[in-house]
This record gives sequence, C-alpha cells and structure tokens, in this order.
Amino acid sequence: MKYVDEFRDRDKAGALRREIAAVTASIGPVRPIQIMEVCGGHTHAIFRYGLEAMLPDMVELVHGPGCPVCVLPTGRVDDCIAIAERPEVILTTFGDAMRVPGSRGSLLQAKANGADIRMVYSPTDALALARQHPDREVVFFGLGFETTMPSTALTVLEAERDGIGNFSVFCNHITIVPTIKAILESPDLRIDGFVGPGHVSMVIGTAPYQFIARQYRKPLVVSGFEPLDVLQSVWMVLRQIAEGRAEIENQYARVVASGGNAAAQRAIGRVYEPREFFEWRGLGSIDYSGVRFRDAYSRFDAERRFAVPGVRIADPQACQCGEVLKGALKPHQCRVFGTACTPETPMGALMVSSEGACAAYYRYAAKAA
Amino acid sequence: MCLGIPAQIVRIDDAERMLATAEVGGVRRQVNIICIVDDEHPPEACVGDWVLLHVGFAMSRIDAAEAAETLRLLAELGELQEAGGA
Repeated sequence: MKYVDEFRDRDKAGALRREIAAVTASIGPVRPIQIMEVCGGHTHAIFRYGLEAMLPDMVELVHGPGCPVCVLPTGRVDDCIAIAERPEVILTTFGDAMRVPGSRGSLLQAKANGADIRMVYSPTDALALARQHPDREVVFFGLGFETTMPSTALTVLEAERDGIGNFSVFCNHITIVPTIKAILESPDLRIDGFVGPGHVSMVIGTAPYQFIARQYRKPLVVSGFEPLDVLQSVWMVLRQIAEGRAEIENQYARVVASGGNAAAQRAIGRVYEPREFFEWRGLGSIDYSGVRFRDAYSRFDAERRFAVPGVRIADPQACQCGEVLKGALKPHQCRVFGTACTPETPMGALMVSSEGACAAYYRYAAKAA
Repeated sequence: MCLGIPAQIVRIDDAERMLATAEVGGVRRQVNIICIVDDEHPPEACVGDWVLLHVGFAMSRIDAAEAAETLRLLAELGELQEAGGA
C-alpha cells in the first residue's frame, strides 16, 4: 500500500540501525538512555516489528501512557455500563473499549447480560443509528486523545445541525500536554527524550510541545507509525542527546503540519472545555487532562442526560502500572504480570488493550523468549 | 486508538455535507472531508488526494514531497554507509 510499504523497507531499516548504533556510541558510557514513546500506536508498532531488538543495549524504550483505552479508570467503565443497562439506550463504542474492566465487569460482559451495546467504526455510525432508531437513545462512548476528539465534536455538530435529539456522548476524551507534564513532574523521572505522538500532532501541531524542550530541556520528535518512522525518530532523539540539544522536531512531516489542523481545532474549541481534573487508571488524577462538553452542547452530554453513579474506585493495589508507565519498572517486573494480570483477565491499565505496554510485552516478548 | 491509515479520495458524494468516497487498501467507504477542505482547497479539489483516515474522517492531506524527502534521506544514509565501508 502506498505510504505504508515503502516505510517498512528492510535495507533502510538496516541503515538506520547502524546510524543509531554509531550515535549511541558517540554519547559514551553513561547510564542507559531512556526514550519514552508517548503513544500506544507506537508501542504497538515497536512490539509488532521487534524494533527494540534493533537498538543498542544502552537505549531503553519506555512505553508511555498514550493508550486512552488503557488509562480509562474503573469508575468511568462502571458509569458507562450503568448507561448501557438502561432499556431505552443503545450504547455504541469502538471495539477496543469492550474488554476494559470495571468493578462489575466489562462492556463485553454487560452485552452478554443483555445490554444493547454495539461496536462502531466511527462516531458517525453511531449518529446513523440514532437516525434509524428515533424511539431509542443512542449514546456514543467518546474516548481518545486529540486525534479522536475532532471526530466526536464534528459528529455532535452534525447532530445539532440536523436536530437529532436522541443522540448523546459519554465523553472521556483526554489531552496529551497535561499528561506529558505530569510525567515530567514525577519525582522518579528518568526519561531522556520523547518520541512524540504522530496523529495527536496532526491535530494540535508541534507548538504545544515547546515547553518540553524549553522548560524541561528534553528532546521530542513527532513520529509516524511505520517501522522506519519510529527508528528514524529514535535516531533523531539520540542525535539531539549526543549534540546536547533539546528541540521539538518533526519526523512525520508528510502528515503533520507545524500548525496542526485548523478545522479540527475549531471543532474542538467550539464543543469542549477542560475539566478541572480527570482520573487516570495507573496514574491517578491529572489536572486539566480531560474535557467535557460546553454548556451550549449539554444536551448531547450523556453524563447530564442520564444520572451516572460517578463513584471513584481505586486501582487494584497489586498493580504497578504507574511505575511501568514512568519507566521505573519493565512490564515483566510488575508483581502481577502474567500471573494475576493477563490480556484475557487484565487487572491493570497496561494489560487492557493491544496498545498497552504490558499486553504488547505479553503477546510479543513472551513469544520471542 | 489513534491509528490512521492512508486512503485516496476517489469521488465527492455530497459537497455540502462534506462526504466523499475513499479507497482504503482496495476497499471503498464513505468518509468525511471537512478537515481537509478550506477556501483554497474546496471539496471538488479533493478527488485524487491521498489522506490520513481516522475513524471515518480524512484528517490530513499526505504531502507527497515530504514523504519523498524522508525516503530520500534514508536512502542516502545507506549509500553513505556503503561508501564509508560501514
């Protein structure tokens, strides 16, 4: 496929591997260099293509918090199930949210118990269902970072324009910048640089990351998702470290414009406002890391349309997701990895989706071992 | 979750509602093009565009020159290494 196959070329990957080895050697013998890929899509690509094995031992990849399904807290899953169990509701969701555990099970289990839960590819499919079923309440489970935020906002704007009254969104969208900031502020931080999220940046552009370079003196390279993209981005981060630079660079210029996407930003600004705080599975509460609907769009807000329990439920104590997320532990060093916590019965955030570090580690690393 | 896939716009279905048909790896589906349209690039100019598709929305026009530049740089790395005996 165009724009895919040519970014998987073996010879070019070999050339990048040699460049990475050379620049790493030039940095000299220090403690291991930790590079965090923030986005779960990158985590998935790194494991799928075995990219970690192509890096020198000195370079460690830390798999960050950028899987919105994984970091969804237990209490929000419970709220979603409470909405789905209402007889008038058709709950629509992306497939990857189906297995996220709540305190009384997952959406998949709620569906098996009779709730009308349907998987959709796009929020516009959910709106189409609302048109088809005017006698039902169609709720879309809105999840994701800035990549997915515009699609939900634009669908709500379409519902408003067409006067569709039986459509609403259970909004769990989260934003990337407060999240990276929370990681940078954590006392046990050891990260030396970041591979930045490609498709979030396609929406927000590269300017919002400047504080990472200026204030925290860490390099960040916005990256595409094919193997050559990720390897080139790691090489670019290492070059910055070798040269003592801390800048925001863009490896994914074929898709990411420095200013992002104006139409998408307008839709986001029109529909959402920041929440003062939002709870994350594995990381706790992060200030201003989530969004909700503005009052003008409150009628599309499922949280206001249907009373939800809104109970905060603590993460299981055995889980060490927080330490893994910050690079203090490798996935297999967690005390419940592969025993109490597996992809079939996930306990912690990172085992939930195939983009989570532990699930990817379990699936690919266990196979390679 | 944030995965996107390259697709090519093959037909405008409804310019007012910003709906178009895109071909994705041999499969055709309807997509929304509102995020890739502006005054300088109206809907009818989108036919033939390669775009990054995410949950039913074309989110970015793929820049062919930038893609070629990235690949050229990577090819050059390999050639330089060979010349240097690496």
